[in-house]
Amino acid sequence: MNVMQPFAWVGAATISQAAAAASGTVAEAMVKHTGAAGPEAVGILKAGGIDLLDLMKENLLAPARLVNLKAIPGLEDIVSEADGGLRIGSMVTLARLGEHPEVRSRYPALADAARGAASPQIRNVATLGGNLLQRPRCWYFRAQEYRCLRKGGEHCFAISGENQYHAIFANRPCAIVHASTAATALVALGAAAELADAHGAVQRLPLEEFFVSSQRDPQRENVLQAGQIMTAIRLPPLPAGTRMAHLKQGERDSFDWPLADVAVVLELADGLCRRAAVILGAAAPVPHRAKAAEQVLLGKAITEQIALQAGQAALEGATPLGKNSYKLPLFEAMVRRARARALARG
Amino acid sequence: MTTPSPQRTETFPCGLGADGLGEVTRQIPADEPPPLPPNSQLEVIGKPIARHNGRAKVTGAIRFTVDVTLPGLLHGRILRSAMPHAIIRSIDTSLAARHPGVRALVLVARPGDALSATVRYVGAPVAALAAESAAAAEEALRLIRVQYDPLPFVVELDRARAPSAPLVHDSVSVPRGHASGFPAPPDLPLHGNVRGPATLQRGDSAQGFAQADVVLEGEYRTQVQTHCCLEPHAIVADWGSEGLTVYISTQFTSGVRHELAEAFGLPLSRVRVVVDGMGGGFGSKSMLGNYGRLAVVLSRQAQAPVRIALDRQEEQIDSGNRPATWQRLRIGARNDGSLTAIALRSYGTAGVALGAGVGNVADALYRCPNVDTAQYDVFINAGPGCAMRGPGNVPGAWGMEQAIDELAERLVLDPLLLRDRIDASPVRREERRIGAERVDWRRRHAPGADAGVVKRGLGMAQSLWGANVQINAACEVRALRDGSVEVLSSVQDIGTGVGTVLAQVVAEVLGLRPEAITVRIGDTEFPAGPPSYGSRTTASITPPARTAAWQVLQSLLREAALALEVAPDALMAREGRIIVRGEPSRGMAFRDATALLRTDCVSAVASRSDDYGGFRRRMGDAAIAQQDLGGVQFAAVAVDTETGIVRVERVVAVQDCGRPLNPRQIESQVHGGVLMGLSFALFEERIIDQQTGRMVNPNLEQYRLAGCRETPQIEVVLLENYQGRSATDAYGIAEPSNIATAPAIANAVYNAIGVRVRSLPLTPGAILGALGKLRAGA
Repeated sequence: MNVMQPFAWVGAATISQAAAAASGTVAEAMVKHTGAAGPEAVGILKAGGIDLLDLMKENLLAPARLVNLKAIPGLEDIVSEADGGLRIGSMVTLARLGEHPEVRSRYPALADAARGAASPQIRNVATLGGNLLQRPRCWYFRAQEYRCLRKGGEHCFAISGENQYHAIFANRPCAIVHASTAATALVALGAAAELADAHGAVQRLPLEEFFVSSQRDPQRENVLQAGQIMTAIRLPPLPAGTRMAHLKQGERDSFDWPLADVAVVLELADGLCRRAAVILGAAAPVPHRAKAAEQVLLGKAITEQIALQAGQAALEGATPLGKNSYKLPLFEAMVRRARARALARG
Repeated sequence: MTTPSPQRTETFPCGLGADGLGEVTRQIPADEPPPLPPNSQLEVIGKPIARHNGRAKVTGAIRFTVDVTLPGLLHGRILRSAMPHAIIRSIDTSLAARHPGVRALVLVARPGDALSATVRYVGAPVAALAAESAAAAEEALRLIRVQYDPLPFVVELDRARAPSAPLVHDSVSVPRGHASGFPAPPDLPLHGNVRGPATLQRGDSAQGFAQADVVLEGEYRTQVQTHCCLEPHAIVADWGSEGLTVYISTQFTSGVRHELAEAFGLPLSRVRVVVDGMGGGFGSKSMLGNYGRLAVVLSRQAQAPVRIALDRQEEQIDSGNRPATWQRLRIGARNDGSLTAIALRSYGTAGVALGAGVGNVADALYRCPNVDTAQYDVFINAGPGCAMRGPGNVPGAWGMEQAIDELAERLVLDPLLLRDRIDASPVRREERRIGAERVDWRRRHAPGADAGVVKRGLGMAQSLWGANVQINAACEVRALRDGSVEVLSSVQDIGTGVGTVLAQVVAEVLGLRPEAITVRIGDTEFPAGPPSYGSRTTASITPPARTAAWQVLQSLLREAALALEVAPDALMAREGRIIVRGEPSRGMAFRDATALLRTDCVSAVASRSDDYGGFRRRMGDAAIAQQDLGGVQFAAVAVDTETGIVRVERVVAVQDCGRPLNPRQIESQVHGGVLMGLSFALFEERIIDQQTGRMVNPNLEQYRLAGCRETPQIEVVLLENYQGRSATDAYGIAEPSNIATAPAIANAVYNAIGVRVRSLPLTPGAILGALGKLRAGA
C-alpha cells in the first residue's frame, strides 16, 4: 500500500492566518514534487481533503504542512445578499449545497450538480471550494509514473494515448477535462469567486475568468496564487423567467465522473430567449461555453427545432481525439435534454 | 488403488423436482448413508438457513488475513518492474538494506541471470523487503535503484500475433502448460508469440458445411477483466523452528500447503495453512502466488513473521485476470435448425501466461456431428491471467450464444425454438420454458421495433459448465460427550457459505439444528478438504460430511440401543432426540445418548467416494460428473440511442446445481454471478497504454465496476435436479451463474436496437458507433 509522507497539521483560526500559511498552491507543489525525496517545504490548504488525500496517497504531492480550514468561522455560511444574489461559503459541503432550500428554489442547476456529484459519503465531506479547485482525473496525470505536461513534464500522454475520457475542445497542448460539475453550473449562472489574501484584500473574479485554459498554462486549472484562499462563491440575482438545468451523464449512475455534463440557463421574456448560457463540462480543460449554441437560442422562441440546432451548434469547433468522438453525439443529446429539463421546470 | 469396498444397492429419487420424480437404482459404498429423500421431506437441507458466520461478518468480528497479528510481525513490500519488457542490468539495494527497520531483503531479478533478470510486464516483482513498519518498508522500497535495458514490447493481442511483433518469451522462459489440459495443454508449437493450436475434431466439418442450407459467420471479442476481490490478496508467513505456518487468503488451503512443502523442501507435516474470513477469490487465489512465496522467503531470512498485503494497484496488475479473446465462429445449419458443422478459431491472451482459450461452449453446448476447433494462446507483455469465474466458457458463451441467436434470425426461428431443436439437455429445456414464462417471451418485439429514443429489448443465453468434483476431499465429524458436535475440514469458505451447508448436512443426519453444529474449517490441521474453485466445493465436501455424520450416528445409536433395549436400526435421530421409529415417545435426548460414550468423543473421517454410477472423466484428484450444470438467463435492457447508455432492468436466472442445499446462499451466489456478468458486459476493462505498456486504470475508480444503481431486478429460479450421484447429490453454482449473463445482455441489446455489438464492453462509445452515430469533428 502507498504510505503517505509525514506532514505537520496546522490549524488556522482566521482567513488571514490560513492565507498566510498557504505558501504554495497544489499545482505549484505538484510540479516541484519528485516523488523520491522527502516532503516539499510548503503549506497547502485543506478543505474537505477528498482530492488532497488522494494526491498524497498516490505520492503525487507531499507537502510539509497541511493547513486545516475547518475551524475558520463564516466559511460555511450561505447568505442572501442585498442585491438579491446568494453568497455561498467555500467550506459548504456538496451535500448541504444540494439540499439548501434557497439553492434548490433559485439556482436549481447548481443543486442538480451538487446532488449528482460523487457518492453520498463524499458529498458529506467534500466542499464547494475543494470541488472547484480539485485537480483533473486524467489517468496519466494521476499516475506517478507519468511526468506529464501538467506536472512539469514535456509531453501530454493522452493526446496520442488512451483518451476516451478526455477533452474534445481546446485539448492542446494538454487534453484534461475539468473535473468539477459544480463549475459547469456556476459558470452558466455567471457566478464569481471571492479570493482573499493574508492582508485582508478580497479579489472578486467571474468564475469563467478564474479558470485557465491548457493553452494559456497547462500546469494549472485556475489563477489562484500562493497566499490566496477562495472564501466564497457569489451567485448573481436572476430575473424572473430564468429557467435552468444541469445534467450529468456518467458511464455509471453510481459514483462516477461525467462523460459529459451540461448546464443551461435561459432567461425568457414574452416567449423569447433574452439570455442564454450553454456550458459543457467534461468537454475541455475548463468549463466550455458553447457560444454558437447560445447564439442559436438568443432572441428565439425555443422550439424543438431550435433546440436541435442548438445541440448541433454546441459541438462547433470540437477537435475530438482518437477515442472520444462518441462525446459529440452525447453532448448534442445532452444539450437538447438540458434545455427540455430547464423549460419543463417552469 | 485400494481393493473395491463392499457395495450395496439403493434406490434414489431422480429427475427434475417440478416434473414429478422418478427413481434410479445405484450401487453405493456400503459405509455410506442411505439415499436422502427430496428436499420437501427434509428438516434442514434445502432450507434457506442464515449463514453460520453472518453475524460475525457484519459486526466485523470475523478475522481476515490482514487482521492476523503476531509478535514481532514485519511488513513486506514488493518492488515491481516499471518497464513492460527489459533486462535488469543492476539493482542497488545498499541504501534500502541500511534503512532503519529493514530486516530482510531478497532479489527476484538477479542481474546477470538472463531468466530472472528479464522482466516481461509492468508490475513484475523485482525485489522484496520486510521492515518493522509499513512506512519503513515503503521508504526503503523507494531507495532501491534499478537500471533497466529496455526491450521492445507488445501489449495488444492483434499486434502480438504479427510475425514481426517483439517476442515476449524465449525458449527458456516460455510457460510449459499444464499436464491436466486446463487451462492450456503442454507441448504445443510456438511461433512468435502464438502458441497452439489446441484442437478438437469430431466428424468431418467440410462435409458438414457442404450439407448446410445456411452458414453463419461471426467474430467476437472479449476484454481483460480483473478479479476485483473485495479483500485483496494477503499473507502472513511465520517461519519457525517447528515448521512453517502461513495465514493466507486462499481458495485452497490444502493446495497451498503442498506448494509450500515442495517449494521450501519441508515435509507436509511441518506446513500449516490457515484462513478464516475471506472476501472472494474468483480464481485469483487458487495458488500461493509470487507474493506468497516472497513472504515466506522474507520470513525465513528475518526469522520473524512477515505480512504482505497487496494494494489495489498490485491487485489490478499482478494478481491474475480474465484473458482477452478474439474468436471467429462458423456455424452450418439446415433450414430446420439442425446443426451440420461448427468451426471455431480463437486467439486469446493471458499476458505472459497461458490459458486464454474459449472453453467448450462451441463444441459441447449443442448437438452437432461435425466440429473443428482451434484455440491459440498469444503472449503479450502484460500481467499473467489466471482462472476467473467460468474461465474459457465466459468468452466462449459470449461468442456462441450470440451466434446461435444470429443463426435463429437467419433461419427465421425463435431463438428458444431453435435451442429446443439443437440442445439435448432436458434441464435447460425446462429452464428455457420457466424463464420464457417469467419474462413473457411471447411479447418480445422484432429487433429495433421499439419506438422512441430509449429502446427496450429482451434476450436470453445459456450456460454450460462441467459438474466438478474433488476426490481428495475429506471431512471429520465429532460428537462430544456433552452433546456438542463439530465438523472439521481444511476446506475454506471464500464467501459462498460452505461452512453453513456443512452444518446443515451434519444437522440433518443427527436430528439437530444447524446452529448446534460447530464449524471448524480453513485449517490444514483438519482433514484435507477440496479447493474452492471450479464450482466444486459443495459437491466435493458435503457427501463426506454426511457420510461421516452418519457413521458417528451409527456409533451413538449402538450405545443408545443398549440403554433403550432395542436394536440400533430401530432408532433414529430427530429434533434433538434419539427415538424409536414409529414410537416417538420412546427415546432419549441426543446429549443423553452422547453421555453414554465410553470416551469423550466419537469421531469419523470420511472422504469423497466416486459419484454413484461413476464419473465421466477422472484427472488426478479431480473428476467431472456425468451430467453437466446448466443455467439459462434472460435479460431485459433499455438502450438510450442518443447517449449510448445501456441499462439492464431485469435478469431472470433459471439455474440448477443438483440438489440445492441452501437456496438462500445459492440465490446470493447467483446474484453475484449475474452482477459480475453485467459488470463485465457494460463496464469493466483493463486499459493498457500502448506507448508505455502500463495499465492506466489500476484502481477501482477508473476501472469501473457495476454499482448499486446499475443493479437490475434479479430473479433467481432454482431447479431441483435429483440424480442420485452422491450422499448429498449436490453440485456447484458459482460459475454457471456467471456464464450466460453477458451474452443474454448482448442479445437483448440487439433486440432493442437491431444492431449487433460483438465486442465487449458495451460502452456508450461502442453503442453509438454501432448505431452509426460517430463522426469526426463537427
